Formats: sequence, C-alpha cells, structure tokens
Amino acid sequence: MINSSLNPYLPQEAIIVNRVQETPTLFTLRLKFTEQSIQDAYTFEPGQFNMLYLYDVGEIPISIVSDPQDSQIIDHTIRIVGRVSKGMANLKIGDKIGLRGPYGRGWPMLESINKDIVIVTGGIGCAPVVSVINYIEQRRKEYGHLNILQGVKHTADFIWKDRYDKWRELPDTKVLLTADAGEALWPWHIGSVTTLFDQLEFDPDNVFIMMCGPEGMMRVVCDHMLDNRVKASQIFLSMERNMQCAIGHCGHCQYGSKFICKDGPVFSYDEIHQLFDTQGF
Amino acid sequence: MKLKTHFFHSDQLQSLLDALRNKGYDCIGPQVRDGAIIFDEINSVSQLPRGIHDEQAAGYYSLNKSRSSHFFDWANGPQAIKPLLFSAKENLWQTSQSSGGQLSFNNILPESRPLAIIGVRACDIAAMKIQDQHFLQQQFVDPYYKERRNNLLTIAVNCSHPADTCFCHSTGDGPFTEEGADIVLTELQNGFLIQAQSSKGKQILEGLSLEDGNNEHINESEKIRQKASRQNKQLPAFNIRSRLFEELKNEAWHSIAARCLSCGNCTAVCPTCFCHSEQDAPTLDGLASTHFRQWDSCFSQGHSYIHGITIRSETSQRYRQWLTHKFSSWYEQYDRSGCVGCGRCISWCPVGIDVTESISQVIGHDPGSGNGEKND
Repeated sequence: MINSSLNPYLPQEAIIVNRVQETPTLFTLRLKFTEQSIQDAYTFEPGQFNMLYLYDVGEIPISIVSDPQDSQIIDHTIRIVGRVSKGMANLKIGDKIGLRGPYGRGWPMLESINKDIVIVTGGIGCAPVVSVINYIEQRRKEYGHLNILQGVKHTADFIWKDRYDKWRELPDTKVLLTADAGEALWPWHIGSVTTLFDQLEFDPDNVFIMMCGPEGMMRVVCDHMLDNRVKASQIFLSMERNMQCAIGHCGHCQYGSKFICKDGPVFSYDEIHQLFDTQGF
Repeated sequence: MKLKTHFFHSDQLQSLLDALRNKGYDCIGPQVRDGAIIFDEINSVSQLPRGIHDEQAAGYYSLNKSRSSHFFDWANGPQAIKPLLFSAKENLWQTSQSSGGQLSFNNILPESRPLAIIGVRACDIAAMKIQDQHFLQQQFVDPYYKERRNNLLTIAVNCSHPADTCFCHSTGDGPFTEEGADIVLTELQNGFLIQAQSSKGKQILEGLSLEDGNNEHINESEKIRQKASRQNKQLPAFNIRSRLFEELKNEAWHSIAARCLSCGNCTAVCPTCFCHSEQDAPTLDGLASTHFRQWDSCFSQGHSYIHGITIRSETSQRYRQWLTHKFSSWYEQYDRSGCVGCGRCISWCPVGIDVTESISQVIGHDPGSGNGEKND
C-alpha cells in the first residue's frame, strides 16, 4: 500500500462510515478512503497500524482491528486519552479524517501455521489481536488449539462480549476471561491473568504466544511461558512507544536499537528481552 | 585511488567562490557572529573569519586573534551542515477543509536552491554521511532532506587547529576529510591544496586555474595532519558499545544527572541527532492547517510521552537514553557509533558535562586511551 516514492508523510482523506461507542471512553471508527482506487489498493497484515489525523489537531498511531479480508472497511478502536483522541471521539458518521498506512511489522501468521496459539491480552490491549483472532477464525483448520486469555482491571472495561461469545463457539478454542476486581453479575473468573495459566491447552514445543497489553502483564506471561519450556523465539509481543512519523525518522519510538514503528510493533521476545521491562526505555 | 591534488595561492580563494557562483551555487561559509563562528551566506572571502582562533573547553567557547592570517585557524562553531539539510523547523504539508467538510492534503516540499558550503570539517562530513543513512538509505526516503541534499555541494577544509574539546581522531572521523565531500581543501602557509572527491567537485575544479600540487605542498599538508591528529581528548579504549548496556543501573547516571539541566543543548548542536516532533499549526480563520516538524530532543519531557505516561521522567533516564543510543545502539542501526568527535556537546553544555568523561565514569575506564572499540 505504502508507495515510498511518494511523500510518506502525507495522509489521504478517509470518511467515517460508522462509529461504535464501545464504553464511555472507548469508541471504534469504521473508515474508508474517499478515493476508491486508494481503498482498493489498501491491504494490511494483522498487527499493523495506521496514522489517523484529526483536522487542525494532529496525528495518532492506532492499530487496525478489522479483518484483513475485508477490503472495503478499516476499523480502529480508540481510547480517549490525549488531545487527538478526545477530538476524534466527537466525530460523527460522514466526517472526514486523514489516514496513512499501514505501518510496521505485524503478527507472525504464516510462521505460526499448524501451531497451537495462545493469545493473552490485558486492558484494551485486545485491540491489536482482534485481527489475529479473526484471521485464525477464517482459517481455523490451519492452526492448532486456540487459547484466548483476556484480563481486565474492572468488569466495566470488558468490551465485545458478543465477539468472545462467538469465539467460544469455534472448534478447539478456549476463551478465558478474568477481571482483577469483580462485581455482581460478572460470570467469569476474578483475579489476574496468571491465575488462569493452568487452564491453557498447548504443546510447549509447538506453540506461538501472542500478546499485548501492559508491559508488567506481558513480563509475567513471558516468565511463565519460559518456565514452561516455551522458547523466547515463540513468544510475540506488541510494543507501544511515542510514534509521530511512523516511518523510522522522528526517533521517538526507539527502544534500544529498534524503531518500534518500523521494526515492530510486534517483536519476538528474543529480539527485545535485554531491554524489556527496564524502566526508562 | 590516488586523487589528483592541485594548489592555488591564498589570494585566489575568491576565485573559488566566484566559480561556485558562476555555476549557480549560493555560497554558505563560516563567519563571526555574536562571538561564535556560524555558517551563513557569503559572497566575499573578506567575510571569512581570517586570523581568528577559537578556544573551547567544557562549557566554554571563545574567539581570539590567531597568530597567523589564515582563514581556517579555528576548529568549529555550534552548527555546520545539519541545519541546511535537516531543517530545524519546516512545513511538511498543509490541509484545508471545505465548507462541506472535505479535507485536501497538499505537499509542501522545500524550495531548494543549489548551495555550496565551504569550510566544513571532517567531523561534519562524517555526520552528514550518517544523516544520509538515516534519512535517505532506509525503507522510507525523506523527501525534504533529499531535496536539499541533492542541491548541496560540500567544500571541506581539513582541520589544522582542533580545539581542546575535539576527539575526531579517536572516533576515526578526522582531522582530515578522506572521502564524502565534493571538494576538500588544506590550508598551507601560502595557499591551499585542493582536491575533488566527487564528479560534481571535479567539474568545479575544471573551471579554476590551478597549479599541480608538488611534494613540498604534500609534505606540509602531511605535517598539518600529524599535528592535528594529536588530540588530548579521546574516548575510553574499551568496548563502549557493550559496556554501556551492562551498566544501566550504574550510580554514575545519577551523579551526571545531578549536574545535567536536561536542556537539550547537546542534542541541538550534535550534528547526527535526528529526533524531531510533528505538530499542527491551524490558520486563524480555521480553514487550513499546516503540519510541520521541528527538532526535538530526548531530553525533553514530551519525547517519551505515551498515552498519558512519560517513559523517561527522570533526567538520569534521559541522559542514559542519549548516551546509550549515541555510543551503543547506534551501531546496530547504522553500523557505526553516532559520535563523530566534534566535541560540540562538550563546549555548548551550559554546565560543562564532558561526554568522554561521562562514558568513562559509567564504564569505569579512563578516558584518553583509544577509540572505544577494543575488546577487553
């Protein structure tokens, strides 16, 4: 999609086709390039991200949550945090924004064929892996056991119940949900994701772990997996840092020698283990 | 390949500027302004800092009269090539919104003109090659940098008077420019040795009336090189690249941070630092907005901001980020260190933090013994 001979900094106009309020602080924009030929040429891999531009305000990197198979719509689920995301939350169907991408290296979907898959997410960290789950759903026979482990802090943070219910029905698939702080009518587990590790079903020699969310949570999962004979090269993490250019020039997302925007955002643990969880990097 | 060396007398230096202007180049050269040597437009050799010498130390920069009437008896000033190629602030694109809410995005590419910069040092040429790697030789080409780079002709002058802050000999980047410039000069007692290092440079030389350089000239030049290579400041000899990352928890980061103001002067004068931020500037009528970039620094509060969190809130973390990047992770990115030994970060640090001393403090080896690449 990205034609690097053109100006890689320049966005294209996209229209908000639909908008979903997921929680009070979380919303999904369903986008389409205004120019049909640009939309038709656009492809992405699960785990990649786009730069979204709010007129007059600025750009933010947002991972793509829609299905790569769907060539006509690009979904982004956004949490209201800063100036740009706050402004974007006020946009309505039919409004226009700027869009450029996709950027970065996504999940190892080809390398993980025929392997068991464990997906671990925390908070709204699930957004970057939704496209992975959709991808596997489309090709269910090509992958082994599928484990989806999602932890949230508060039960109110849990979104997409319908999707989890649907995934629960997939063959050979285990969906495990937990909340740190439980409330009345929360039907699933209470406690951190670690308390559900013993329910995962996978062959340590033949598994790919894919995760995103808070680094503290990912640290715990990495340690647990390594203790259980999973190799560092089979563990994949989606990393986040400040990104402004998305093309490896502006320097903000550097993580040691890596530019998260172009070398990542998905890394295998053996690529980043030396710095991982070191404060200040 | 042995490059052909020519000679011209000092009083003919103006004809080099004239030749450049005749070929359509605007000339940029060193001149004294506000007590420092800076680079700006130049038409006459009389504007050059002739007979001027610079004295530099940690947190100190001063110009004095030199003992000769040479044009280039000084080491460097706070900037040279970097602002000409990687602009300190520039517009990237503009967007406008129609009454119906349609957005249109338009490129703003720089209106670049052919520029010739005269008087840059080996350290500056080495730094330019690093910035070329970063902006031009990766997956994405930066069209803004590229436009200016294609229009730039570099005329290096070999360094005869390195400052006390210089350590280019230790990093392997100076004091002489071995390659990478278009033309290189060496200032001798009575004139200049001149050599083309590119075909663009060769074309300029063809328009000048030059003598062949003789052995005497070449011997004189060699003596200058030897003298300028004797620099007191050096990097610690031992493997800085791996040692820095072994010492992430060293107490020295905190003692350096106790002095560091986190002002970002070091990154602003560093000829290889490439970080920049992007922002929007809406017009007053609200009908358009200009998206621009400007130099940023890993010492700024916003550099490590991510969804409400500052990853590097402490000065010690910012200094560690800068030093480990420049002297260690840079190798994996660009196959060399990010330091060219120009010493600017030492001179222009308001509290006089010396990067070579910081490294030795962290890794526990004395400065002044090599190039930082020995394995222990």
